[in-house]
This record gives sequence, C-alpha cells and structure tokens, in this order.
Amino acid sequence: MYTEKVMEHFKNPRNMGEIPDADGVGTVGNPVCGDLMTIYIKVKDNHLTDIKFKTFGCGAAVATSSMVTELAKGKTLEEALKITRADVADELGGLPPIKMHCSNLAADALHAAIEDYYKKQKAGKEMKK
Amino acid sequence: MSTKRVYMDHTAGKPVDQRVVEAMLPYMAAVYGNPSSLHSFGQEARQALEGSRAKIAELINAERKESIIFTSGATEGNNMAIKGFANRNRSRGTHIITSSIEHMSVMNPCKYLSTKDFKVTFLPVDQYGFVGPENLEKELTDETILVSIMYANGEIGTIEPIKEISQIVHKKKAVLHVDATAAVGQVPIDVQAEGIDLLTISSNDMYGPKGVGALYIKKGVAIEPLIHGGGQEQGLRSGTENLAGIVGFGKAAEIAKKEMLTEGERLIKLRDRLIKGLVGAVPYSFLNGHSTRRLPNNVAVRYSFIEGESMLLSLDMLGVAASSGSACTAKTLEPSHVLRAIGLKHEEAHGSLLFTLGRQNTEEEADYVVGVMPNIVKRLRAMSPLTPKELKE
Repeated sequence: MYTEKVMEHFKNPRNMGEIPDADGVGTVGNPVCGDLMTIYIKVKDNHLTDIKFKTFGCGAAVATSSMVTELAKGKTLEEALKITRADVADELGGLPPIKMHCSNLAADALHAAIEDYYKKQKAGKEMKK
Repeated sequence: MSTKRVYMDHTAGKPVDQRVVEAMLPYMAAVYGNPSSLHSFGQEARQALEGSRAKIAELINAERKESIIFTSGATEGNNMAIKGFANRNRSRGTHIITSSIEHMSVMNPCKYLSTKDFKVTFLPVDQYGFVGPENLEKELTDETILVSIMYANGEIGTIEPIKEISQIVHKKKAVLHVDATAAVGQVPIDVQAEGIDLLTISSNDMYGPKGVGALYIKKGVAIEPLIHGGGQEQGLRSGTENLAGIVGFGKAAEIAKKEMLTEGERLIKLRDRLIKGLVGAVPYSFLNGHSTRRLPNNVAVRYSFIEGESMLLSLDMLGVAASSGSACTAKTLEPSHVLRAIGLKHEEAHGSLLFTLGRQNTEEEADYVVGVMPNIVKRLRAMSPLTPKELKE
C-alpha cells in the first residue's frame, strides 16, 4: 500500500524530536482524526538552520513529517513557504488516495511554524518600540 | 523484513482447513451435476448438498435441516435476514431494534430501511460492549417486529447475553435475528435452547472456504428473498448452488463441532497469555472488552498516545499480522464505531490493536509478539507529541 520511500522514512524518520528553544512552532491536525503533527524550527539569517518534528499518526503521517523536514532544512523562509503538500507526496513517490487529505499535513505544519516565527518577530519588534 | 511470520488476523481471514480442501476437491471436477436435475448426476450433487445442510443444522442444533438456507456469506445472510424479514412483515409493524456495535452488514441494511419508512433504534452498549437487556425492554413496543443483536463482537470479543435478550424479545411479537459470524465454530450455539429465530453464519469463520454462508430461519418465520430466479433454496435464494463451497462449509462445520471445545480451551489459555503479556508490560495499555466473557480467540488492546496503523506497520516489519480499529486502515476518517460505542475517545480508539488467534498459533508465537511490542510502543511514543513527559525517558 505504501511506497518503499514512505516505509523507509517511517522506519528511519529524519529530524525527529523537539527543539526546546525553537524560534517557531506549528501544530496541525487533531487526535480526533488520528493525525497530529508539531514542527519546530530554528531560524538564522532568514534560513531554517534546524527543524524537528513530533507526530501522532499513521505511517503516512510519520513519513510526510520526516520528508518535509528534509525538504525544508537549510532553505530560506520564502522557499520553505513554497513547499506544498503535493511536493511532499511526490518526493515520497506518492501516497494512497485516502491518505492524501487526512495524513498529508506536514507542509501545513511547516507553514504554521514559519507563521509563528513571523508573529513572534513582529511581537518582539513592537515590544522594542 | 523479518523471516519470522506470525498470523494473528483470523477475523479478517482464516486459512481453509486441509481436511476441508480434500472434501471439496471431488466437487470441483468429478461431481458436476446440478442439484436441481432429476438424473443421477444431479442427484449425486443433491445428496452432497443436503448432507452439508444437515451438518450445518447439527452445528447450531437447528430443529430440521430445511431451516438452513445457503448464502454467499455473512453479508448476504445479514441483508437477507433484516431486509427480507422487514419487507415481508411490514404490515405487522415498522420498528426495528439493533445495537450500536453491529457489523456494517447489519448496520447498513438497518440504515437503509430507515429511509424506507422503518424506524430503527440503535441500542447503546456499556463499556464492555454488552447490550443491556433492560435497555432493550424499554425500547420494545407493539410496533417492533425485529431485533438484531450479534452473538459476539469480533472487534472487542464481547459475547452478548443472547438467551436473556431472546426472552425479552419474545415477550412481544418481535423476532430475534442474531449475527453469529464472529462466534460460530468458536463457542457452542444452540438456536433452540437460546431462542434464536434467525441466525447468520459464514464458512470462512470456521476454516471453510470464503464466499459461502448460511442463514438459519426458524420454521414459521417468514422472509422475502433478496435474489429472485429459479427458486433454489425453497425459493428464498435463487441461483445454482456453489456446491464445492457448500461441501467445504459442511466439512468445516463437522470439524468445528468435534473440536470446538478442546480448541476453545487451548485458545483461551493462549489469549490470556497474550493479554497478560501485552497489557502488563507497558504503562498506559488496556484491554478492550471484557476479560472473561469474550471470544476465545480475541485479544483487543489499546495503547495511549500512539496510533494503530503505525503499530501495524511496525509489527508487519517484524513479521506479525494484526489489525486495528484506527480510521487510517479503513475507508473513512472516523475510528471504529464499535470502539466509540464502548465509550473510547477518538484518540483512544485510534490506538487500538486487534490480534485474533487461530488453530495454528502457538505459545511461542504469543511470546514473540509480547516480546516485540514494548519496543514498538516505546519508539512510537518517543515520536508522539501526546506522550506525557514522565514516559519520555
């Protein structure tokens, strides 16, 4: 049912864990539907210098989380924001149709983490004012 | 990939018993007559057909073999019982009662009938999955014509108090349909002693071939056929009989009747060994269903903070085949309606795992599964954002 690439990421997920002093954190999904993902990012000079994930969910949820961290690491924030759900699925060699909408949330979590970073930056600047 | 292979998904599919295969072989080629034909070729087939019917009747202690109607399996049997009975008896009343943990092949015919001017009540169950006889009594009215409650639930193993339920049903004019698909061949069923009017069984659930089943219809209970045609099976199920399948089904019933009790005792020991090992080894792990009033082959557990499909994939990598109540393995987003009905929260239902044992499973296999599970749970919990801090070390 899953491609070899999905299984490989499920077996050996990249960048799994938390970043305690993250610059941005994004959580999407819901344990109700069986998928919940959190992405942590560190940002320096507009680049994603570190990224980690935590995921509750099925094989596809774990593999997409792992893949999105790999795709985003080292990228600029603008580049990272352009990563789509379809990119993640394509890089994994495709996902079963039922998983495309329910478990393919990793790109959303990444975007949420970047939004969170922007929000914190803005709040920080306003504080300085 | 592991070289070890352990199959513990017998609710999804069972291997056909070798003795059954041998009994079927002559009916694939050597005996080819049509049981409806008058000549000797046909009569040879007819004899085999009726012999199987008698064996099925014996397994469930039916009052006569003519009460057994062969079907293509449990889904057809349940559809035939529910839609066939409701449509035939509409003039007597339009209320149907069922439980909220039935198989889809009971749930969906009932939902279908509710769009055709029938009123359907879905009874709640308690935390173990038991239908409360007092709840049933409250819902039964003079309009109720049919009550459909399963003998046992394949997902959580719970065995319903059918005799008690039947006594309540029969205080009114309603009849009782029982879906015994998960139970047949595992626990003794006696339609007369337990007061069952309609009973669905399937062949593969007792190591017979797939694609065959039967509906027991008590004498005097009238139903309408779903399939009209040449009038086979007393006009209730037209179509030339699947003779090889039916012969295999008969053989499987004969073996089940003979070996059920000894095999049941062996499975109960194996089941309890597995439950103890699985639930005892890891914190935040629980048994779904009741500890004793459960099917001998059913081990349904759940682990907090992690999701079922991830566990299944991890087990599969180690050669173990199991099943889960998670939405991610099904065609919908919702977790199993059975697990929700026993009061589990969505995330608890998603963390459920089902091992169903069979004749080939050994103690060594049970110990293997118990041995690999803690590391699987640990790895997935380390990945999960829901895992509480104290478990992370």
